[in-house]
Amino acid sequence: MRHGSRGRLVGFAYLAPALLFVLAFTAYPLVQMAWMSLHDWSLITPPTFVGLANYERAFADSQFWVSVRFTLLYTVLITPCLIIGGYLLALLTARNTVLRRVTRTVVFVPVVIGLGVSSLLWYWLFSADFGLVNRALLDLGVIDKPVLWLGVDAGVSSVAISASVIWKVIGFGMILFVAAIQAVPSEVIEAALVDGVSHRQRITRVILPLTMRTVLLVTLLSVIGSLLAFDQFYIMTAGQPGNETATSVFYIYLNSFPYLKLGYGAALSMILAVTILVFTVIQLFLTRRSHQ
Amino acid sequence: MKRRGRYLAGAVCLAVCTVMLMPLAMSVLASVKPTKEAAASPPTYIPHGFSFDSYQRLWNYQEGLPVYLANSLGTAVLAIVLTLVLTVPAGYALARFPIPFKEVIFVVLLLALIIPYQALLTPMFLMFAKIGLTNSLLGLAILHTAIQLPFSLYVLRNSFSAIPRELEEAAIMDGSSSWEALRWVFIPSAMPAIVTTALFAFVTSWNEFLGALVMMSRSSTFTLPLILATSRTETSLGGTDWGMLQAGVTISIIPCVLVYFLLQRYYVSGLMSGAIK
Repeated sequence: MRHGSRGRLVGFAYLAPALLFVLAFTAYPLVQMAWMSLHDWSLITPPTFVGLANYERAFADSQFWVSVRFTLLYTVLITPCLIIGGYLLALLTARNTVLRRVTRTVVFVPVVIGLGVSSLLWYWLFSADFGLVNRALLDLGVIDKPVLWLGVDAGVSSVAISASVIWKVIGFGMILFVAAIQAVPSEVIEAALVDGVSHRQRITRVILPLTMRTVLLVTLLSVIGSLLAFDQFYIMTAGQPGNETATSVFYIYLNSFPYLKLGYGAALSMILAVTILVFTVIQLFLTRRSHQ
Repeated sequence: MKRRGRYLAGAVCLAVCTVMLMPLAMSVLASVKPTKEAAASPPTYIPHGFSFDSYQRLWNYQEGLPVYLANSLGTAVLAIVLTLVLTVPAGYALARFPIPFKEVIFVVLLLALIIPYQALLTPMFLMFAKIGLTNSLLGLAILHTAIQLPFSLYVLRNSFSAIPRELEEAAIMDGSSSWEALRWVFIPSAMPAIVTTALFAFVTSWNEFLGALVMMSRSSTFTLPLILATSRTETSLGGTDWGMLQAGVTISIIPCVLVYFLLQRYYVSGLMSGAIK
């Protein structure tokens, strides 16, 4: 019935709107971005072709390297916390008792709120004079004068921001880990118990190896997420001090919009897109294999 | 020994819950502090008084809260409609029709999975500026749809593929067209997947920040996160209005948490199918 040329035509008609949409709003901008990156363009003046000059400029731009280094530092700082923390939470809550189920639900709540909004919440909590973090640390006697958490020192800022983002997204990894742990066949665990394996060995020798692919997947997803970080830095430090906490996406935003260096912004975007592509391809490869 | 371990795990669970809920609770509490207390340094933990002053100030802030709420909600609704209108038929086509170069087309449709939208904003802004889609809720909704489309298409295609062929064949025997089969067989059977895609489109749009920051420059078109981010630096009395900011945070969080508790089942299944493609 649906296999003649008419079926093909009808099928294509159902597909066409989505295809046109993607061509117009994803594929076309992608092509335009590649074209723009080869031009000098500031919105006011017409674009002039400059070849690879924008890319050469990026690699010689010290601020570009500052943003790359800072983004990598942030990624290296936050990813292990998210993976190890998320996995420990999953081990804690994987069994289906009421309390564990509730804990899982609660840990997942911050995942559903916006990163922008959670950053505004933590912007207040970490405020030097009006925030509860300093108030609590002072009351506990951990510090003796308010700490300037945000926008004064790049290192201190990234610790504070990482803490807020860990709170926000740790439940994401946890839920995926719980699913993976629950999928470990009970016979495997029982066999290990018969062999007299201790609780810790059961985790390190049985559960962890069997859930390794999920661990890798979540690691990749959080690396990609961290490399694309923007909202939390824009809101909590505004790139301060002196653009030291401006991440890669932040630097693209600065060049493209406030500075209107569109060609340069496009070249930076291309570099970012290629970097992310590498990680995405690994991720797709991993997930494809998991279905075979 | 065993029992002690169980109590310990229970205690850790309670501690984890406390740590996770504390920031949210503190934000809600800060939003109902009276004006003077909300601006106090050092801050109080538990409000000494109770008032809706912060909400009052937010209600009247610049264009007024109703405008920003309407912008956020309007964009989200448009994004849901666009996402479903585009991906329900497309998912159906990919699941059930013999289309030449189907695999290639599918990869093109999933392009936005491979290219992060953060990298595409510069050319998109130029295009939107040219065709009058900046400072427009429709424009922002189009951007949010572009972000959400691959996930939605993926979930719907899989869900349509899983529907038994017998159901569809019965409909065709009765002489219904492919459109009627979609309307009366596929859409009702795939309702959980459709709810999931609508839910995720809503959450993405309601929470999205960078795209709105780039596309919206007129404050009357700002979404809720955008006006709140603006308010943290724009101040009338020389300091950030912390009470109003937390009132805004509380209001922004409510729909997300509500949707999560009402549709938890869809949330988790959607997350699984989204992450493990």
